[in-house]
Amino acid sequence: MKDIAIVAYQQSDSVSDAGAVNEVELIMPVLARTFEQAGLNSAQDVDFVCSGSCDYLQGAAFAFVSGVDALGAVPPIKESHVEMDAAWALYESILKIRMGHADSALIYGFGKSSPGELPVVLSQQLDPYYLAPLWVDSISLAALQARMMLDKGLITERDMAEVVSRSRRNAMNNPHAQLSGDISVDDVLAEETYLSPLRKADCSPISDGASAIIIATVEQARAWGLPYAVISGIDHCIETHNLGMRDLTDSVSTRMAANRAGMNTGKVDVAELYAPFSHQEIILARALGLDDSTQVNPSGGVLAGNLMMASGLSRVGEVFNRIVKGEAQRGIAHATSGPCLQHNLVTVLEKGENA
Amino acid sequence: MSDEQDVITGINAPVYLKYNFTAGAAPSRFLTQLKKGVLMGQRCPKCSAVYVPARGSCALCGVATEEDVQLSDKATVESFTIVSIPIPGNPIEPPFVVANLVLDGSNISLIHLLSECENSEVRIGQRVQGVWKPESEWDYSMNNIRYFKPIDEPDVPAEKIGKLPVTGWEG
Amino acid sequence: MSQPEILNQSFELGYTYTRSTGPVIGRFMTELKKRNIVGIKASDGRVVVPPMEYDPDTAEELSEFVEVGEQGEIVSFAWVKEPRESHPLQQPFAWAMIKLDGADVPMIHCVAAPAESDLATGARVRAVWADETIGFITDIRCFELV
Repeated sequence: MKDIAIVAYQQSDSVSDAGAVNEVELIMPVLARTFEQAGLNSAQDVDFVCSGSCDYLQGAAFAFVSGVDALGAVPPIKESHVEMDAAWALYESILKIRMGHADSALIYGFGKSSPGELPVVLSQQLDPYYLAPLWVDSISLAALQARMMLDKGLITERDMAEVVSRSRRNAMNNPHAQLSGDISVDDVLAEETYLSPLRKADCSPISDGASAIIIATVEQARAWGLPYAVISGIDHCIETHNLGMRDLTDSVSTRMAANRAGMNTGKVDVAELYAPFSHQEIILARALGLDDSTQVNPSGGVLAGNLMMASGLSRVGEVFNRIVKGEAQRGIAHATSGPCLQHNLVTVLEKGENA
Repeated sequence: MSDEQDVITGINAPVYLKYNFTAGAAPSRFLTQLKKGVLMGQRCPKCSAVYVPARGSCALCGVATEEDVQLSDKATVESFTIVSIPIPGNPIEPPFVVANLVLDGSNISLIHLLSECENSEVRIGQRVQGVWKPESEWDYSMNNIRYFKPIDEPDVPAEKIGKLPVTGWEG
Repeated sequence: MSQPEILNQSFELGYTYTRSTGPVIGRFMTELKKRNIVGIKASDGRVVVPPMEYDPDTAEELSEFVEVGEQGEIVSFAWVKEPRESHPLQQPFAWAMIKLDGADVPMIHCVAAPAESDLATGARVRAVWADETIGFITDIRCFELV
């Protein structure tokens, strides 16, 4: 089986409202920078393209098809799409390469959440008989989960505020962050509750933007002469849609996915966790058994900017950045989908042998 | 028997979602000019193809289109269909003609209505021109042109429709 | 090249779905219409409300319905200060996970209460029925404190 490496990663700024920018205009500058980083000209130079997006976000049917206009798909290219975060497009692309159908792939994700009422749009991914007709929004469900953690004494509001404070401070080094700043735990706790027990700062912002990654077999990466990080494992697991039957204070599926991806076969220097709410970062770190030896969300994570359908892919890209800069030898990237961390994907990245 | 009828086998679960659509940069430029009665396309810097309405990229080359190109309201029929069934919500009475039209100076078709014509005589290569609403009614809308109508110019050979170079079809 | 003006247009997308219930969800909806609440026994004997068609752990098809109470206990709650237009209640309210008497798995619904401070995990609530029941989840208009 061929080893697969990441050779390029770019993300747009995370902004609350991209304004007069359509999906093509959102994606194209990011793709141009990604191709430039890899020394490639266009999607014609890779064997496969896979994207992640969700048309419900912006309410534009088949927006993902329009997105292909950013690629230069003449002559025709091999292309696919997932109606999910592009981290799952990465998963599909890895399968494609492992099956021997491609040696390289471009993966991109984009989301323009600003045109709609995102928490309400997300209510419609719930059970269509029992929950969607009640319009239970995504923030309310996360608040139910947070209260459960607090009432059971598993976390305190201060623990949650510490996650927020660290995210905002780390994000000061992330040029694409939407929310960053030197904010103390007490500053966060001074804020009134928004959807109690959550404060606004506990919730990721609503964001517009895109990100992209190029992967290739290690042989191809070497032939291109590019610095790379090896994807040593990737897996995903999902839990039941019935929130009442899940243990919302744990993330069993994240742990399973991490084990199957081989996370525990070595030290984890850095972890980028897709936690749209502060308490969920704590759930994830505990589920994965991370301790102080792992730096969590040095980018600020998605509390600093939550590009729906792209931020999972960006987590992978952020770990890649740290490995190729020599700041980490090995790291994990986590992506999530669904209410209260229902569906989770874990990617393990390592420094290449001769990278 | 009444028990049978009381058994629920289906539900109505309508979903209504509200959005605020924002046109992209390229469509906004097109619509802003259209409100002034101007049909503005954009040229690909790589292959020189002209798109109207432009969406911001050359789909062939995968590069951003930047250069504005003012186009004529004369066009050539690239393809068409005669619609004989009423379409819900559409005020136009069938039968009517919907056509792919390539504006002079552009390389890709847009869709609009053909009228003031014999439906049976509409053909690929036929020359047509836009019939505009009065200027006072112009908006950010392709409806500024009510429809296209045939004009007395020779047909364009099918293989030349929308092909480069375009400086007016006869070029 | 001048900057384009930003052109906005608000619109509403409507998906006018009708859905077949199948026998399990249909039974729950039929009972709601009669102002009863039923759950179903999972493989391990836990009573799940509202009923599921398959056991999420074993994938076994489930069929043993169990009537449960219309009162129960709050397992967790979230206080909505500013209800959204789509929410079922338009004054401040709570979303809650409610374990009904006789059930082992909590269900999610809304709770009407004067203030957040009136609510607590473990508080007892009861279903408030809609004036007219039609066989839909909103036949339970909301829950209220007992």
